Amino acid sequence: MADIVLDEVVKRYPDGFEAVKNLNLEIADGEFMILVGPSGCGKSTALNMIAGLEDISDGELRIGGEVVNTKAPRDRDIAMVFQSYALYPHMTVRENMAFALKIAKAPKEEVDRKVAEAAEILDLNQHLERKPANLSGGQRQRVAMGRAIVRNPKAFLMDEPLSNLDAKLRVQMRAEVGRIQKRLNTTTVYVTHDQTEAMTLGDRVAVMLSGVLQQVGSPMDLYNNPTNLFVAGFIGSPGMNFMPATIEDGVAHLPMVDVRLPQNVLERMGRDINGGRKLVAGVRPEDFEDATKVDRDRRDHGTTFQTRLDLVEAMGAEYYAHFGVAVDRQLRSADLSELREDLGGVEEQSDTGDIVVVARLNPESDARTGGTAEVWIDATKLHFFDEGSGEALTHVRH
Amino acid sequence: MEDTAPKRKVLWTLAVFVVLVYALIPVIWILSLSFKTPETIGDGRFLPSEWTLNNYDAVFNTGFFTSALRNSIGIALIATLISLAFASMAAYAITRLDFRGKSAILAGSLAISMFPAISIVGGLFDLWRRIGLYDTWLGLILPYLSFSLPISIYILSAFFREIPWDLEKAAQMDGATPMQAFRRVILPLAMPGVFTAGILTFIGAWNDFLFANVLTSTDASRTAPVALAFFRGASQFQDPSGAIAAGAVVVTVPILIMVLIFQRRIVSGLTAGAVKG
Repeated sequence: MADIVLDEVVKRYPDGFEAVKNLNLEIADGEFMILVGPSGCGKSTALNMIAGLEDISDGELRIGGEVVNTKAPRDRDIAMVFQSYALYPHMTVRENMAFALKIAKAPKEEVDRKVAEAAEILDLNQHLERKPANLSGGQRQRVAMGRAIVRNPKAFLMDEPLSNLDAKLRVQMRAEVGRIQKRLNTTTVYVTHDQTEAMTLGDRVAVMLSGVLQQVGSPMDLYNNPTNLFVAGFIGSPGMNFMPATIEDGVAHLPMVDVRLPQNVLERMGRDINGGRKLVAGVRPEDFEDATKVDRDRRDHGTTFQTRLDLVEAMGAEYYAHFGVAVDRQLRSADLSELREDLGGVEEQSDTGDIVVVARLNPESDARTGGTAEVWIDATKLHFFDEGSGEALTHVRH
Repeated sequence: MEDTAPKRKVLWTLAVFVVLVYALIPVIWILSLSFKTPETIGDGRFLPSEWTLNNYDAVFNTGFFTSALRNSIGIALIATLISLAFASMAAYAITRLDFRGKSAILAGSLAISMFPAISIVGGLFDLWRRIGLYDTWLGLILPYLSFSLPISIYILSAFFREIPWDLEKAAQMDGATPMQAFRRVILPLAMPGVFTAGILTFIGAWNDFLFANVLTSTDASRTAPVALAFFRGASQFQDPSGAIAAGAVVVTVPILIMVLIFQRRIVSGLTAGAVKG
């Protein structure tokens, strides 16, 4: 077991393109670190550099205090789980899991014992003599995990290991991966583009965009205290609502309502943002509520406004109410276009406004599709970003 | 559709039969000749009226045919093994590495395999005589290699290309050296390709007449097809046709065995289940 330190690591291709730019990341011993970001953000490249499958152009990579930049993958003592599983098709499950140990010339009884242990953990006992072709997707995924576990390596690297599973199995295997990692307490670097996996699995999450590390922190830290527009929009589902805003004399002008900002938000921003500076306001869906379902004392933390609801989705435990908001200017921000691209380039359209806001409401609410409702907005949870740079003005540095 | 099914079947059976007859009549004719006595060999009958094994006796009792058979097997096997060893490594490099002149190598090897053998055999004859390769096994193995390597590289690189790169990365992560990854993961998966290339090389070397005829002179390296051509019978008063027919039958047997053994190994779909399909 060991910690992994990336020190100003750069991946530069011969054509000059930098896939990873000056990446600094310290992964503690036993920590579960998630690298997350949209496709092409450099997260897989970073993982491959840790694995040794790609050369490091610049900077230093240390595993357990030892610089391993030029070491071959086989000398780094780390195991990897591939997105495609990469099981050896001509070998049985047992042979697949024993392969690394056999290469390392481990004694036969040790190989047998370790394979049996791993099979026990992964519930693969009945399948040891089968070939990968005869296994289901979930079983193949387990074998891939087993191949990593038997070696008892310094670290696990996982490259989107669940993305080939169907939705239900993915949730189940996600829990299992988390359980196994906690049980073995092995340093793990896990790459995914799925923010749910990142939130649920990681001790800490590193968000990357275009080869640049945006923010590292615990899942809740990223959620509550994002450093910029991209992180704020990428983490959380449904995502944060963004709208143009300005602040004057402690009052935020949002498209649907003016909100007097409470002291805590003003202090978080801690600088003079009065005047016509173009801002982006960010509101998480759960920071809205049906005004009739808000306690009297909480009510003072925010403001209410009337709106027509385009769509109300009843999820059982909660309602998602979609409503349109008219805006006087379109948001122009590099971060927002990245987010839009990640969602496939489509944006929800509204009949009644220019942008669509999604609010999470109490399921006891009377809100109905096509009806109007009085919606409360929690002023203490508002996020503000600079429209030009995307930087979060409400971000608190620790 | 119901009505056409039996009709179709009949047509197919007929077509298969025609092709089989077309392909097998000469073989059966030779087989039949090999069992005929010298007196009946010219009778033109399809089945021998008098059966005899004397022709086979004659073939094996004249020492030079057995030595020719030994030469043939040895030369073809060695050429096949060397060709597979080099071709698999070359094909692996071509599919996996990005290096300068990669396409030039492929184009060059293709050009070599298209070269007419007859145009180099004269030059080889002179050269081999000078450097002492004339009438040796090596003297035949080398030209066979130069024609089998390009086609083997082509076949094998097609197979290697089908093998997911992730498998190799996984082997590397599992601690394998590049050589171990190649031998224990890539090569077993490319076995159908290896056998295909191997059979083609073996058949090519086995069937060659031109090089073997020009570049050999004695029992030391003369191969079976040439030996048959030189066969004149046990004595000068005997018609050798029956014995030649027997020799021709014997020469086809190793090829039959090779193909029967290896066609079982040429199964596709071996990579199924490697990666999510």
